[in-house]
Amino acid sequence: MTETNKSIAVSGRNVVKQFGSGDHLVTALGGVSLEIDDNEFFTLLGPSGCGKTTLLRLIAGFEMPTEGEIFLFGEEIEDLPPHKRSINTVFQHYALFPHMTVGENVGFGLRMQGHNDADIAKRVEESLALAKMGRFINRKPVQLSGGQQQRVALARALAPRPKVLLLDEPLSALDLKLRQAMRVELKTLQRETGITFIFVTHDQEEALTMSDRIAVMSEGQIQQIGGPQDIYERPINRFVADFIGDTNFLEAEISSIEDDFANCRVSNDLSFKVQSIAQHNKGDKVTLAIRPEKISLAQSGEVQGRITDAVYLGTDTSYSVAISDDITLSVRDQIDLTGHARFTAGDLVGVGLSADAVRMLID
Amino acid sequence: MELPRNPVTRRWLGLAPALITIGVFMILPMFILLVFSFMEADPYGGVDAGFTFEGYIQILYERDFDDLLQFDATYLNIIGRSVVLASLATLGCLVLGLPVAYFITRQNARTQSMLLFLITLPFWTNLLVRTYAWILILATDGVIEQPLKFLGVIDDSLDMMYTNGAVGIGLVYTYIPLMVLPIYASLEKLDFRLIEAAHDLYADRIMVARQVIIPLAAPGIIAGCILVFVPSLGAFVAPDLLGGGRKLMMGSLIQTQFASARNWPFGSALAICLLAIVMITLMYQARIAARRRAETGS
Repeated sequence: MTETNKSIAVSGRNVVKQFGSGDHLVTALGGVSLEIDDNEFFTLLGPSGCGKTTLLRLIAGFEMPTEGEIFLFGEEIEDLPPHKRSINTVFQHYALFPHMTVGENVGFGLRMQGHNDADIAKRVEESLALAKMGRFINRKPVQLSGGQQQRVALARALAPRPKVLLLDEPLSALDLKLRQAMRVELKTLQRETGITFIFVTHDQEEALTMSDRIAVMSEGQIQQIGGPQDIYERPINRFVADFIGDTNFLEAEISSIEDDFANCRVSNDLSFKVQSIAQHNKGDKVTLAIRPEKISLAQSGEVQGRITDAVYLGTDTSYSVAISDDITLSVRDQIDLTGHARFTAGDLVGVGLSADAVRMLID
Repeated sequence: MELPRNPVTRRWLGLAPALITIGVFMILPMFILLVFSFMEADPYGGVDAGFTFEGYIQILYERDFDDLLQFDATYLNIIGRSVVLASLATLGCLVLGLPVAYFITRQNARTQSMLLFLITLPFWTNLLVRTYAWILILATDGVIEQPLKFLGVIDDSLDMMYTNGAVGIGLVYTYIPLMVLPIYASLEKLDFRLIEAAHDLYADRIMVARQVIIPLAAPGIIAGCILVFVPSLGAFVAPDLLGGGRKLMMGSLIQTQFASARNWPFGSALAICLLAIVMITLMYQARIAARRRAETGS
């Protein structure tokens, strides 16, 4: 089988990966299908054990799928060994060859591809310049800091100009400041080289800041694929809403249906008119989600609540607001110009809940 | 008892047990060997007083009936054969031992300890007994020949016993654990992700072995080669039993001088020669290691 659409860099069809056998059979991927566009910064996001690294290793060729097909620019590749795929990997712990210099590390892929010495020297220099590591060409990996090793690993993976670059949580071992700087740099690098990046992370902030599209994974399945804003603003189910950002969940019952909208009753005096996401009937139980920063607080309002807890976070204050005996909402409120929180625990407040900010979820 | 005040004296006092052990069990025997090699042979074994180079002269020359020195290459041949056989045995151990060691490191922890136990198991049996087993295997109408003759593959004996090959097999068999264990030790620390990284960067299996596995196992390979080469050079059980009297190696020659031939000074001189060859090998290895360190800058 061949794919006809040439603008798709990597695609997987019903990819299943199982480890072990008999009683110890573990399904790491339970039938994943996806299409990753050429020149895209695509992120696989999920908690540990969700199958994101397994999917990456299948694309790299370190594992063979139990079922399903994987394509690289239309060519079926799931049976090819890693050295026959034009795909390179930046490993989580860099995996630099300790017995080679930085230059030899970066040139390794080119040497194995059989380029001549002059060509290798030129491209090693280019790649190191791209990763801002040119000065370190004669160093050994042990003489570099974690951040520098990271850059060398990046240069090494980019030097052979692969069609697709895989990045396996490459920033997880760096400290916060460096991690933030590298996010910007990786994104720039992806745009400059035009290479498709497939990035694996469990860090939602990383995923949101860098990606063109994100696939949120859980328990060996892709839960949702979409742009950062789609994923954050329109999470499809409880897992996605919960994993990305903070969310208040409200259990509601559908009281009436009008076209695409459903009136969802949370309590006697609280109901929302929300866009339906599936075929619903009157009386169905649904889960609604609302982000803490989408709730406004005022001195008074239609919905009354009492602040039970206030946590200072620097830019914001995080409040716990009880609006009834069994519903407590988490609310984010900006610190005012004088640097003070507007409310303290025990205050009675008006809680502003806009129906536009409320999403219905598939459980 | 009053302890000495001087810190230097105290330091020597602390080192005394180690120094005495080394002195009594290593330096003193070597010194005796060196002294014996310059003494005169007693016809009934042992040595007589006197100073002579006779022991060393005998390595190169033979005295004819007129007591004139005639050059004789017999012993030089034995020394040469010892070096060649020990080198071949080392090579054989390396070629067989490296894949075995790599294979062991790729197993789970339980299987690893089981396999390592099996590798060291032969050490628990007497070397003579183990070498006799090889006689049964290699002998005319032995374990190998009988079935081949029965199947009509061969008609005559393969004459495997009492050859350099038989001695080589015996040496490889005896010393291969000493090759596998240090290589295993250095490969065990090898990060498997480096192998994946090399595969990812277009290296096939052979290139991964050449570019990543062997360079990183180098300390273990060097240690294993020394551990196999040195005792192979002085081995006498395998050469004696599998080489018969015909394929003498230095070890058996030295052993003969102290036992049946009763020429202790000559045996001592040969032992000093053997020691010299080993020392030269070790110094050469140390120089290579120093150069490698200078190159890698670590």
